[in-house]
Amino acid sequence: MNLPAAYVTRALKLLRGEVFVLPSRTVLPLVGILLLVLPAISHEDYLLGVFIRAAIFAIFAASWDLLSGFTGQINFGHALFFGVAAYTAALLNLNLGLAPWATIPIGAIAAVAAGLVVGIPCLRLRGTYLAFATLAFPLILLGVVFAIPSISGGELGLQSIDPLSKSRVISYYIIIPSMIVLGFIMWKITDSNVGLIFHAIREDEVTARASGINTTRYKLLAFCLSGLFAGIAGGLYAHFLTRTGPSTLELLLSFQVIIWAVFGGIATIYGPIAGVLILYPLTEYVLTRYLSVLAEAKTLIFAFVVLLVLLFMPQGLITWLRDRTEKICPRCKLQNVGWRKKCRVCTAELD
Amino acid sequence: MAANIIVYGLVASGVYALLAVGFSLIFGVARIVNLSHTAFYMLAAYLIYSLASAAGLNLYLSIIIAIVAVIAVGIFSYKFLIARVRQHEATTLIVTIALAVIIQEAILKGFGGQPRGVPKLILGSVDIFGVTVLNQQLLTLGVVVLLLLATWFFLMRTKSGVAIRATAQDRDVANLMGINVPRIEMLVMAMSVGLAAIAGALVAPLSVLTPGMWAHPLVMILAVVVLGGLGSIQGSLIGALILGFAENLVVFLAPSGAYLKTSVALTIMLIVILIKPEGLFGIVFEEERG
Repeated sequence: MNLPAAYVTRALKLLRGEVFVLPSRTVLPLVGILLLVLPAISHEDYLLGVFIRAAIFAIFAASWDLLSGFTGQINFGHALFFGVAAYTAALLNLNLGLAPWATIPIGAIAAVAAGLVVGIPCLRLRGTYLAFATLAFPLILLGVVFAIPSISGGELGLQSIDPLSKSRVISYYIIIPSMIVLGFIMWKITDSNVGLIFHAIREDEVTARASGINTTRYKLLAFCLSGLFAGIAGGLYAHFLTRTGPSTLELLLSFQVIIWAVFGGIATIYGPIAGVLILYPLTEYVLTRYLSVLAEAKTLIFAFVVLLVLLFMPQGLITWLRDRTEKICPRCKLQNVGWRKKCRVCTAELD
Repeated sequence: MAANIIVYGLVASGVYALLAVGFSLIFGVARIVNLSHTAFYMLAAYLIYSLASAAGLNLYLSIIIAIVAVIAVGIFSYKFLIARVRQHEATTLIVTIALAVIIQEAILKGFGGQPRGVPKLILGSVDIFGVTVLNQQLLTLGVVVLLLLATWFFLMRTKSGVAIRATAQDRDVANLMGINVPRIEMLVMAMSVGLAAIAGALVAPLSVLTPGMWAHPLVMILAVVVLGGLGSIQGSLIGALILGFAENLVVFLAPSGAYLKTSVALTIMLIVILIKPEGLFGIVFEEERG
């Protein structure tokens, strides 16, 4: 048998044995493919723009989850990373004329530095104190931004930054694959040993430390990683919109990212991404376009939807769906479809 | 200048103290971070505006109606929204944010975004050491001091107050001692929202009402309770004094101070909790029971 054919058979086997056995794993590639072929279905610039922004915010929400959902260090000021990267990218682009491929990584590095600035002092704080202390950082920076309008553009922000690309479709094909790849990387991180340690820190920091884990180092790592991904999102946002402003640092954005993440389900990575991909197009496109809801009412509807969903599914929409459709095998701890009687691998009775 | 700073600083501190004490109470007793706390304050201010200015009711009557109505809304939202999700910490945060956003949007829909004003309860002003102080400001200060004393008396000297403090210290043991914990939590929620509503009534005549007016006090009271120590009443008071004065010092003395006042206040908060992570008067909670 020749080699390509062998790879194809193996891939098919993998698909049948690992992907199609679970509805969640089947939906995931389907959504990815749907997102990738969307420009072929609709050429509407506005729709593509909505999905581009949704993808950027999905990276952002997943990065919040990486820090707060996994290590339990609830960050109320996540907009700091987004804003720092957006402003860094914008300033570098406007003042030094650097291209987006340079400014976005530098912006992300600036956000990592911001992660260290927040992370190091906050290591001593826990729980609610940590949440409220992190809230302060973006607002302090926001005050500074307003106070030096000659550099930061003040309330108007910075305009006419270089766009990612002249064409909306090319921007779409830069940002959507970025989201898929970055989301996958974040999921891989949380699925690795590091992710396990993050879980341990959230569940019981003292025990984690007693098990020989340097929790300080891992908490800082979580802040930096989260800053990195949020920073990439911030840089993409500035270059896609070709402007940036105080709204990237505001309290509302910090709250918004928590709303998206909790709506989808925290400590999953895919939950927050799904949360944004459902909520953002819903409020920005479906409501205004098809249900002819007035623009002023969409925030109200957004809040009501979030409230209702969380009242009945307090762990988040995606977590709720997952718990309804999947069971964990009591013997080999593998996930199984909810309607199976026996585990698909070890044939133990599922309860 | 100095006298201005003192007057405005005292008024701001008083309002922050009222809000922070209420926020701190419900956090201490029920471990609920109620981010819609200042939305209730805004709701009270707007209700007074709509009853007094738009419907033409007597001002005192409309203040009383507004406070009662806001307490009713607070209890309702506690019972049907917050209490149902409170085991999930993150979900509680989101539900209270969503509640605040709903109140904000409802006000935006009902009254529009333009700034509104409420007539003062008592007109005129007095000169103290050569500074003109509005009578309304004096009234605000007086009411704040009275209310804080009353709250302190209630918590320290009455049977319900002892029950509240016992629940704050240890829910399970309080429950075993025959304290009706859910009822205590309901009572504290009513008190907390009531204090927020009164703060709204006191602020309404002194400032302009906009649908976004809840965000800044929310940030400030979060800073105040962290600075003073979560769950500590005197900590909230001291924290409110420090931050209220810090804000007004910056506004009056620094260039572009109006922009930097929040930054400076939050920086002070950060510095304090970096030196003393549990805040000035915070109680270090032992590992809490699950």
